[in-house]
Amino acid sequence: MDWLLVPLQYGFVQRAILAAVVVGVVCSVLGTYVVLRGMAFFGDALAHTILPGVVVAFLLGWPLALGALIMGIVTAIGIGALSDQGVLKEDTAIGVIFAGAFALGVALLSLTGNYTVDLAHFLFGNLLGVSAGDLRLIIVLGGFVLLVIFLFYKEFLVISFDPILATTLRLPSDFLRYLLLVLMAVTIVVALQVVGIALMMAMLVTPAAAASLLARRLPVMMGIAAVIGAFSGVAGVYGSYYLNVASGAAVVLVTTAVFLLTFLFAPQRGWVWRFAR
Amino acid sequence: MTTIAKKLRGKGIAHEPGAPTLTLENVTVAYVSGASSRALRRVNGTAETPHALENITFEVFRGERVAIVGPNGAGKSTLLKLIAGVLRPTEGEVRVFGHGPAGHICIGYVPQRSQIDWSFPVTVEDVVMMGRVGQIGLFRWPRRQDWAVVRQALARVNASHLAGKQIGELSGGQQQRVFIARALAQEAELLLLDEPLAGLDAPSREAIFQILDSLRPDGVTVLMATHDLNVAAERFERVMLLNRRVVALGPGTAVLTPDHLLQAYGGHVQFMGEGANTMILADTCCDHGELPLNKRG
Repeated sequence: MDWLLVPLQYGFVQRAILAAVVVGVVCSVLGTYVVLRGMAFFGDALAHTILPGVVVAFLLGWPLALGALIMGIVTAIGIGALSDQGVLKEDTAIGVIFAGAFALGVALLSLTGNYTVDLAHFLFGNLLGVSAGDLRLIIVLGGFVLLVIFLFYKEFLVISFDPILATTLRLPSDFLRYLLLVLMAVTIVVALQVVGIALMMAMLVTPAAAASLLARRLPVMMGIAAVIGAFSGVAGVYGSYYLNVASGAAVVLVTTAVFLLTFLFAPQRGWVWRFAR
Repeated sequence: MTTIAKKLRGKGIAHEPGAPTLTLENVTVAYVSGASSRALRRVNGTAETPHALENITFEVFRGERVAIVGPNGAGKSTLLKLIAGVLRPTEGEVRVFGHGPAGHICIGYVPQRSQIDWSFPVTVEDVVMMGRVGQIGLFRWPRRQDWAVVRQALARVNASHLAGKQIGELSGGQQQRVFIARALAQEAELLLLDEPLAGLDAPSREAIFQILDSLRPDGVTVLMATHDLNVAAERFERVMLLNRRVVALGPGTAVLTPDHLLQAYGGHVQFMGEGANTMILADTCCDHGELPLNKRG
């Protein structure tokens, strides 16, 4: 058991584990909607578009999360509005904004001295560098996301499963849709330091995808995804500590491994099960 | 925020006493290919814009059962969505119980089966409970009476034994019945069914009509889009023959005449027999891989 306890004597490892667990849970629970609503590309794009916000905050000496949050919410609503016009297909609209904003972020960052190190932290996370303040922010924002998902559970379920029903029940569909996009932006900010922009997609999609192969009801799917996300976070930190692998990548690799195992061995829906029949 | 909270708690607006269940007056919908419904709403119909629906005027009264038939692209689904308040007319007016449809939560819409993601992680019970979300209201969870309504709705469509199944595990007929149960749980007074019979075998179709028959004493009004002209003629008080505009509306025998059918379907319909003994078999273009019942060589 020593190998489990030894790393815990370091404060930075404790904070990393806590942050990874919170991020794993929040990303996975929100990720069930990303998977069910087919918003994976949107999530990836949103993660990339926050880069200029982060960079501006970084250059001005603001908290990075603040810049990310503002940029994330602006683009979430902007992409939503752009695709609502019906002039461009949604994925085309997203593609345009995604690449443009990301390029702006890279350009801004390249004006500073320590360009490559900083860019690497934004892109791939800096889990072992989580400060006490970062951790507080992660917990507060993550708690906010989970609370809103809980409060609007049945409404989010209806707009995701059957938007026409949402209309005939006179739910405020547009408000709920934008709320979900804002939650996604907040979640991305929460996960920024753990997995970074480039690997964000894995945290949003992979645990929920694995859970979708195991669950037949949404709350169960959320629960399983949360467990997978939290486990991946913890296992990733240990992997990073012992194998000296980049922390964000380690977390993502664990999640991916869990997904592959589920894909192969899930009862009924797994590959082996179907092959055996 | 207050309006949103109010909307989420809203139980729907009161019905105008004595108003017909449904009134459409000169309703026209401009059609924009490939655009979202939101874009559809914004387009102003000009002379050159092709119309999905043109000058639709009719009334339906409480407890009536009306079939909507017509070729593909005739606007059957568009018409149902207009009535549900999902789409708005470019011109004209839709009134349900005397008001615009947008305030009502008593309109049950049963979508085409192809519109639903059957792998979604919800059970039959969950789907039927979704019909209650309007009544339950924001920040509240289903109460005991909501579960009672759900159980009752499932019993009425003879699907109590399916309550715990994931929806993908059901047969086509069972899926359709579950969605009707959802509309019952919603306490729908106007039930809109979009091609509920497509791909169903005869016993499953019969089961659906038994359910619809059982709704008559409650005064539930039913509009059903279908490709099956025989069913439309036999099982409905009135038939609407639609092809962008109303070709004919009335009792099946008066509506489904060779003359009307030629107007609606062009050359795609075939007849057997002569004159008054004309027997209509099916239109030859169907969604969902339905094959025409007959083709005369």
